[in-house]
Amino acid sequence: MSSDARLPLTEEGGSAPTALRAAPPEYLDQEEAGGLSPSERAFRARLASGSGVPPGLTDGAGRPAGRRFDVYRNNVAVGLREALESGFPAVARLLGPANFDGLARAFLQEHHPAAPVMQRYGAGFPEFLATRLPPGRLGYLPDVARLELALRHAYHAADATPIGPETLAGLHEDTCLSLVPAAALLRSAWPVFSVYRFAMQPGSPRPAARAEDVLITRPGFDPDAHLLPPGGAAMVAAFAESAPLGAAIAAADADAAETLTLLLREGALAAPKETRR
Amino acid sequence: MFDHASPLPSLPGVGFKSRHFADLMDDPAPVGWLEIHAENYMGDGGRPLAQLRALAERFPISVHGVGLSIGGPEPLDPDHLARLKHLVGWLSPASFSEHLAWSTHEGVFLNDLLPLPYTDATLARVCEHVEQVQEALGRQMLLENPSSYLAFAESTWEEPAFLSEVARRTGCRLLLDVNNVFVSATNLGYAPQAYIDAFPLDRVGEIHLGGHDEDHDDHGAPLLIDSHGREVADPVWALLDRVLYRGGVRPLLIEWDTDVPDWPVLRAEALRAAGALARVPA
Repeated sequence: MSSDARLPLTEEGGSAPTALRAAPPEYLDQEEAGGLSPSERAFRARLASGSGVPPGLTDGAGRPAGRRFDVYRNNVAVGLREALESGFPAVARLLGPANFDGLARAFLQEHHPAAPVMQRYGAGFPEFLATRLPPGRLGYLPDVARLELALRHAYHAADATPIGPETLAGLHEDTCLSLVPAAALLRSAWPVFSVYRFAMQPGSPRPAARAEDVLITRPGFDPDAHLLPPGGAAMVAAFAESAPLGAAIAAADADAAETLTLLLREGALAAPKETRR
Repeated sequence: MFDHASPLPSLPGVGFKSRHFADLMDDPAPVGWLEIHAENYMGDGGRPLAQLRALAERFPISVHGVGLSIGGPEPLDPDHLARLKHLVGWLSPASFSEHLAWSTHEGVFLNDLLPLPYTDATLARVCEHVEQVQEALGRQMLLENPSSYLAFAESTWEEPAFLSEVARRTGCRLLLDVNNVFVSATNLGYAPQAYIDAFPLDRVGEIHLGGHDEDHDDHGAPLLIDSHGREVADPVWALLDRVLYRGGVRPLLIEWDTDVPDWPVLRAEALRAAGALARVPA
């Protein structure tokens, strides 16, 4: 990762703020699952404790396992941290390695994956970031994380056949359209699109302080984010609720043509539904 | 008990990575089948499922699960079992395999394959879970030997005998990871050849090969790490020859999961696997 992708308002170097330090592990202190031997219980209890080797574990000669146990401990910690980083690459770049490590450790203590499907992991990360950030700093970070979640969701979303310009031209204004499963709207009080682009694309312009709305699409198999014009979000939000075509266009006001063109080009509009009564 | 209509061919296979899709569709030789990690294909659509559908039209597919936690004491996660059943249902793969390991503790998925002691109690637990999987999926499964960095003092079974007994009680087959045997034997100070000689090779439906890294323990003894991030080591190829000579040819998978190389590098490993299979007397 390139350090020049970081914004100057991030916490650079030094130790992480107190709020970012990992809390003591709690999830392993619960009542043990039934059927475990003492060695197995000890193995599980020490896995996340950060130090100490459980009794009853040995090398091949019967000596205490020592750092052999650390291989498992490290595999678990590194594996989950890498899963989080691969899901939130822009957040990781914006924070820098030291701060991301601290936040990831703290998040992993409270939000271990509940299912073995890692594509779903990290849904609680934006809200977690919002509670752990130093007051008045990095306020845009939770929305950048939401944008990355939305992109990941789009990557795995169900396939759909979008409508094209020819179809649209023949539709009555009362026809209700909706978004395809891979399309989504993210509204932000922060320059979330500009910050994301700044983190992920070298040479991108510095973000200016403003609110930005983002359309996420997946025209083929690769999700993409698009900055919406001021009236665009109202149109996308209308389609997200299967609004009639005419109402959605009216909602976008002067930005209707630009937004509709974008939605059609990106294959974001789903086939007509029954006319509303 | 199980209709095993479409087993994997005794040819080289590779663990499928999205970046190799075009190479495999263009000119797959010598690869005759592919293995996927089940958990990576549990989304609703998009590239993963589109590639898998295309690959399944050309290759026998092995579905390899990494998240069932068969070795844990908790009941198998019914939601995850349902996801597996859905995948195996629409894909109808040639094979389904999982690990002799645990990965979930009190509902928390730890994203790693963790070890269990080999006792009568864990044997009963593993057999119950294997039977539950086979019943849910309506097919025979393969269970894979782990790589070990330590031993449980309380173990009363040798690993080959433990796996053999699981296979005998449940009717499952076994997946023999020859790199795991070499890693575990080196780490725990026994002869890998003796492990192979004790292993029920007639139960083996698939062989895995992968690369490992080298480290050392507190006493300076070699500690091999099962990293799947490089070429298969020469002593592991030698051990494979012993397996194939004693047990005959099998579907032979090259696993490369970290620092995934360009296709020619992985293909060279598959060619070496093809050579090992070709040397086996008929």
